[in-house]
Amino acid sequence: MKLENMYQEIILDHYRHPHGKGLRENVDAQVHHVNPTCGDEITLQVTIDPENPDRVIVSYDNQGCSISQASASILFDQLNNQSIQTGMTAVDHMVAMMQRTEEPNEDVLGDGIALVGVAQYPARVKCALLSWMAWKDAAIQAQGEESHA
Amino acid sequence: MTLLDVARIAADFPILGRTVRDGQRLVYLDSGATSQKPRQVLDAEREFYEKHNAAVHRGAHQLAEEATDAFESARLTIAQFVGAQTDDIVFTKNATEAINLVSYAFLNATLKAGRGMSLPDGAQRFVLAEGDEIVVSEMEHHANLVPWQELCDKTGAVLKWIGLTDDGRLNYNDLETVLNSRTKIVAITQQSNLLGTINDVGAIVAAAHGVGALVLLDACQSVPHMPVDVAALGVDFIAWSGHKMLGPLGIGCLWGRAELLAAMPPFITGGSMIETVQMDRSTFALPPKRFEAGVPMAAQAVGLAAAVNYLNAIGMDKVQAHEHALTSYALGALGDMPGVRIIGPLDSRDRGSAVSFVVDDIHPHDVGQVLDEHGVEVRVGHHCAWPVCRRYSVPATTRATFYIYNGIEDVDALVSGIQSAQQFFGVSV
Ligand SMILES: Cc1ncc(COP(=O)(O)O)c(C=O)c1O
Repeated sequence: MKLENMYQEIILDHYRHPHGKGLRENVDAQVHHVNPTCGDEITLQVTIDPENPDRVIVSYDNQGCSISQASASILFDQLNNQSIQTGMTAVDHMVAMMQRTEEPNEDVLGDGIALVGVAQYPARVKCALLSWMAWKDAAIQAQGEESHA
Repeated sequence: MTLLDVARIAADFPILGRTVRDGQRLVYLDSGATSQKPRQVLDAEREFYEKHNAAVHRGAHQLAEEATDAFESARLTIAQFVGAQTDDIVFTKNATEAINLVSYAFLNATLKAGRGMSLPDGAQRFVLAEGDEIVVSEMEHHANLVPWQELCDKTGAVLKWIGLTDDGRLNYNDLETVLNSRTKIVAITQQSNLLGTINDVGAIVAAAHGVGALVLLDACQSVPHMPVDVAALGVDFIAWSGHKMLGPLGIGCLWGRAELLAAMPPFITGGSMIETVQMDRSTFALPPKRFEAGVPMAAQAVGLAAAVNYLNAIGMDKVQAHEHALTSYALGALGDMPGVRIIGPLDSRDRGSAVSFVVDDIHPHDVGQVLDEHGVEVRVGHHCAWPVCRRYSVPATTRATFYIYNGIEDVDALVSGIQSAQQFFGVSV
């Protein structure tokens, strides 16, 4: 059975006990992304630390399948308090892993490498990428805010 | 139980002979999205291309004659299937386009009237004024909701809807409160693709016609599954898709009352739909051609007629009885499962074969994934009826739909697949 490839224990753990779930007040950017084919949703916020612009705080709330929920929890682990640059690199790696153009890179993606099995199910790739695309969108908006400030 | 000979029927569907996901038997429970096609339909299409292919209604050579003849005889077969006159059947790409054809008749009549242009006799019925009302229901497929939202945005008409009861039925009390003399059309489904509910068309028609409104029936989930007769229904339009009733992709139908079709301005314009053309103006052909611009989908029409013949040979009453028996069995089996909740009517009265459900603590996507691993192909998501999910406070559902090639063993495969999902995700039941 290939199911275990997709639903590795680590994914199910993140799904059952998501990290960092919950929204904040006063954020730099907030986006709402949906997967229109299935209705999975995420609201994702980023806040750039005024003391240290290389620390970008991530907060989110979401609902959806195990893959989209676990992926958001993993994203929080990897990108919370990291720089935008680090985040953008991670997003690129995640997308490439889903497109099967790159091997899983644990240094960059952490537990995210466990999502590699999803790449075999094209219909689910969008679930895995939902939060990463939302983060990218929010990060670009927050950066724009910064440069206008 | 009044079941069909499923093994014999399934043998006509080449795709049902294949396996999926490493050698599993294909249990296709997604006919509500699109049905599979019997060899008879595939052969009819192939024969058209091999022997008669030409552009329909153009040219005078022998092939053009034969192609036109095949296309128009297909129209006759399909019209008879729903008790309609041949010329009152318009071929479209699918049901979505058929519904848009009617919503655009309203828009185009309104725009042209606003500019003082002449319209066909009777077109006044399609001219909307600010504050006129369009009525849908809360159980519509997006195909019968979004076109009306758009029409309202463009014309200043107001969208109203008939709500749903907690047990998955239309709230018929709303008919009295929502409909009034400003209602121009009631666009509603005969059978919900998510809940399975079959609506009381007679009650809707009586209320709508009582206030002078037209009725468009979305028959996507009814024409493939039960006998449908337009005269008996008493509606003004029905729209459905060929691909959900064993026919090819790329063809749908609109039936309309002759006097209404005759009064409607065209939707898509171009070749074939004209009467005369000059550099600065044109006049339009009579229906159905007025609504069939461009070279039409003749091979698909021929394929759809073959699908009609296939269904007729079984008998639509037998199709309906078969699905009813399967649905009753499925409602019983799923209803008995701990941790499984059916979204839609729990009893099989006035109910078609779409069975949507949620499994406690497992997202529908994940349920679908485990079922897929067992070769059981269902649909997951909001089924293009997002407001229905909101109404019942579920983000999405898993949906099984049954057709003539499904048997009891397919329902059993569904049940055991759900049990596997519960085991896999460690949901204690
Ligand atoms: C009730 C209902 N209406 C409309 C449609 C739209 O059909 P199509 O996508 O073939 O235009 C569907 C198809 O899912 C349906 O089930």
